[in-house]
Amino acid sequence: MSTTPNPILKTEALTKRFGGLTAVDGVSVELMPGETVALIGPNGAGKTTFYNMVSGRMTPSEGRVVFKGDDIAGHPPHKISRLGISRSFQITNVFVELTVRENVQVALISHRNKSLRMFRVAARDRALRQEADEILARLGLDGVADQRTGTLSYGDKRLLEIAIVLATEPELVLLDEPTAGLTPDETKHVIRLLAKLREDRPYTFFITEHDMSVVFELAHRVFVMHRGGLLAAGTPQEVRDDPEVRTAYLGDEDESAA
Amino acid sequence: MSAGRLVVWGALAAILAALWWLPSWAPYFYIFVATEVLILGLFAGGFNLVFGYTGMLSLGHAAFFGFGAYISAMLLLHLQTPLILALLAATAGGGLLALLIGFFCVRLTEVYFTMLTLAFGMMVFSIAQQWRSVTNGSDGITGFTVGDFGIGLDLVLGNPAVFYQVTLVVVVLAAALLYLITISPFGLILRAMGENPERVAFTGIPVRRYRLYSFAISGTFSGLAGGLFAPFTRVASPDMVHWAQSAEPVLMSILGGSTTFLGPFVGSAIFVLLETWITSFTDRWMLFLGIVLALMVMYLRRGLFGTAVDWLRQRRTRSS
Amino acid sequence: MQTFVAALLNSLDLGILLFVIAVGLNIIFGVLNVINFAHGALYMLGAYCAYTAIGLLGLPFWLALVAAPLVVAAVAVVLERLMLHRIYDRSITDSLLLTFALLLIIDESVRWIWGTSIHIVDPPVGLRGTFTVFGAQHPVYSLFVMAMGVLVGVGLWLFFTRTRAGKVMRAAASDRKMSRLVGINVPLVFTGVFALGAGIAGLGGVVAAPMRAIGPAMGANIIVESFIVVVIGGLGSFPGAFLGALILGAIHGFGSRFLPDLNLVLPFIGMAVVLLLKPHGLMGRPAT
Repeated sequence: MSTTPNPILKTEALTKRFGGLTAVDGVSVELMPGETVALIGPNGAGKTTFYNMVSGRMTPSEGRVVFKGDDIAGHPPHKISRLGISRSFQITNVFVELTVRENVQVALISHRNKSLRMFRVAARDRALRQEADEILARLGLDGVADQRTGTLSYGDKRLLEIAIVLATEPELVLLDEPTAGLTPDETKHVIRLLAKLREDRPYTFFITEHDMSVVFELAHRVFVMHRGGLLAAGTPQEVRDDPEVRTAYLGDEDESAA
Repeated sequence: MSAGRLVVWGALAAILAALWWLPSWAPYFYIFVATEVLILGLFAGGFNLVFGYTGMLSLGHAAFFGFGAYISAMLLLHLQTPLILALLAATAGGGLLALLIGFFCVRLTEVYFTMLTLAFGMMVFSIAQQWRSVTNGSDGITGFTVGDFGIGLDLVLGNPAVFYQVTLVVVVLAAALLYLITISPFGLILRAMGENPERVAFTGIPVRRYRLYSFAISGTFSGLAGGLFAPFTRVASPDMVHWAQSAEPVLMSILGGSTTFLGPFVGSAIFVLLETWITSFTDRWMLFLGIVLALMVMYLRRGLFGTAVDWLRQRRTRSS
Repeated sequence: MQTFVAALLNSLDLGILLFVIAVGLNIIFGVLNVINFAHGALYMLGAYCAYTAIGLLGLPFWLALVAAPLVVAAVAVVLERLMLHRIYDRSITDSLLLTFALLLIIDESVRWIWGTSIHIVDPPVGLRGTFTVFGAQHPVYSLFVMAMGVLVGVGLWLFFTRTRAGKVMRAAASDRKMSRLVGINVPLVFTGVFALGAGIAGLGGVVAAPMRAIGPAMGANIIVESFIVVVIGGLGSFPGAFLGALILGAIHGFGSRFLPDLNLVLPFIGMAVVLLLKPHGLMGRPAT
C-alpha cells in the first residue's frame, strides 16, 4: 500500500499586482517531491514574477506559498534559502571578481555555517575546498576553478549559476531559464547534466524554459502560464496536444530545437 | 610556497625592516611623517573593509576615528592610564559607536547609507564641538602626556622615535589581524556582498546584519587609529571628527586602490607625502584633495597600487 | 503664547528655506540619480555671491536675487560638463564620490576667494524691521523668505507639469533610453537639470543671506540639514521634501526654545525614529 506523499511546494491563489497591472493572477499549483516540473509560457506571462514570489524576492499581494507544510510567502530570501529552496537567475548572477571556486565557496560557507569565521584562512580550509571542487566537477567546471569568473565563457557562467544553487543542498531547485543564450550543444549538455543530477539526489526541479527540448526531455509535468494565470497543467504530451495551449503559445511560435 | 609569493613576502619583510630602522636612516622630520602614514593607513585600511570589500561608501568614518582620539586623550589626561589601555578603550569605543550608528545606516542601501553616514558623522562633530564641559569644545583636549605603554615595557614614549616604533608594531599587528579577517570565510562573504549582495542573500546570508558586522569591525580599527593619533598630535579636537577627516580614508583608498588590501596603506603614504609637500607652499590642501579625488574617480578608479597590481596580474596570465 | 508663536514663525521660515534646498536636491536625484553632496556648497556660493553683490559692490538686493542664482547655475554647468557627465553610467558609488569631490572643491574655493570671516548682509530696505503678532516680535524679512519658498514651490510645480521643458525633464528622469529614442537630447537635459537644481540652491543662499550669518560653515550645516529633511520626507518625493522640511523646521524652532540642551541631537533623533518606523521616509519609495 503506498501513501500519497505531501506536495513539497504548494501555491494557493498566488497573486501579484503592480499598481493597476496584475502580473500573476490566482495561480494554484502543487509540486511533488522528486519530480521535475517545467513552467512555460510566452514572455510577459508572469513566470518570473511567480518565481520571485516563491523564492522570496517579492511579496505576494494575495495567496499563500507553502513549502513542506510551512507558509513562506513574504519571507526574506535568506530565510527561504535556509529552508531548502535555491534558485538560479535568468540573467547570470555570479560573482565576477571572485574565482570560480570562490563563487561556490560563498554558498558553501553560508550553508555550512562558517560565515562568521573571521580568524581562519578560507583558502586553507580543506573541507571547504574539497566540497567546492566536488560540486564543480559534477558540472564539469573543475578545470577553471582558479580562474576569475569574469573571464569565463557565457556557457560556463550559466553552469556556475547551477553550481552555486546546488552548493546549498536544496530540496527544491528553481531554475530560471537555465539554457537561456546557450548553443544547442551547450543546451544538450545541461539537459544531460540535470538528468544525471537527479539520478544522484532526489532534487525537485522547477524549471522555467522557452526551449521545448529541455521540457520534453526532462519534465514529468508542465504548467503553462498565460497572462498571469495558469492555463494548463499536465504531462508534456498532454500540454502539447491541448488546443488552448496551442492557440495561446505553441501555435504562435516556431518550435525551437526538438 | 611559489616563487611569486616568496618575492611578495620577502619584499614586505624588507619594507618592514626598513620601516623599523627608519629613525636611523631618515631625517628627523620624517619620523613624524612616517608615524602619521602608519596611523592614517590603519584608519584607511579599516575604512576599506566597508568600502572596498563590502561595497559601501561611508563618509562619516571620522566619527569613530575622532571618538577613539577623544577616549584616548581623556584617559591619558584624567587618569594617566598606560597607553595600551587607552588604545584598547579607543578600539572598543570606535567599535561600539560604529555598532550604534551602523544600526541605523545599514537599514538602507547605497545612496541613503552614504547620506546617513555623513549626517551621523557631522552629528558627532557637532557634539564634540559644543559639549564644552566634556570635550572642551573647539579647543579640544590638550595638556596630556604619554606615560608608559603598560604590560611592563619600559619605553620612553615621549621620544618620537620610540613612539614611532611602538606605532609601527601596533599598526602592523592590527593590519595583520585585519588582513586575516579579509582572507577568512567571513571576508569572502563580505567580498561577495560588495559585488552582488542580492545573490549572497539567496545563499542564506542575512546581508543587512553582515553589513553591520563589517561596519562595526571597521569602526574598531578606526577607533584604534584615532587612539594612536591623539597622543601623536598631543590633542583631540573636533576637526578629527569633521567630514574633511572622513574624506581622508576615502581618498587614500581611491589613491592606492580599494581593490587590494595594501591599497589604502599605499594611498596613505602617497597622501601624507603629497600633503607634506603641498602644504609647504599653499594652504589650499583641501582644494587639491578634491581635485585629485575627482581625477582619480574619473580616470584611475582602481587606484595607483591597484592598477599596478591589475597590470602585473594581466601580464602573468598572458605569459602562462 | 508669545513664545509659541515666535517658535512657530521661526519654524516656518526655517522649514521653508530647508524645503527650497531639499527640492533642488530632489530634482537632481530624481533625474540624474545622483546625490549632490555639493548642494550645500552651491547654496553657500549663492550666499557669498549675494554678499559680494550687496556688501562689496553695493548693488541692490533684487539684482543679487537674480544674478547670484545665475552665477551658481553657470558654475554648475561648468562642473557638470567637465566632470559629472562622465560618470552617469557608472555605479552610484562613483557619482557619490565625485559629488563629494565637488563639495571639497567648491567649499575650499569659497574659503579661498572670500576668506573665513563671518559676514552680514542686511535685508533690503523695504523688508527691514519687525512686526508684532500675538505679542511676539518677528522680522518682516522672514515673511519674504516664506513667500519666496512658496513661490519656488509653486513655480517648480508649474514648470514640471505645464511647461515642455519640465515634461522633457520628467521623461528623462523616468526612462533615459526611451527619451533618447524619441529624440530628447538627454545630455543637454541632464546639464539643464543640474543647473536648475544648483540655481535653486543658489537662490536659497541669496534668500538666506540676510537671515543667517554668512560663514564658511554654511555649506556643511545646510547639507546635513537637507539630508535629514530628505531622509525624513523620503528621497525623490516633493510632498515628502515639504513635509520633512517643515518637521525639521519645527524641531529647530521649538527645540531651541523648549529643549535647548538637546537642540543639537534632536534632528538626528527625529531622523533615527523615522528610519526605524518608515525606512524610506514618510513619503518615500525605495531608490531603484
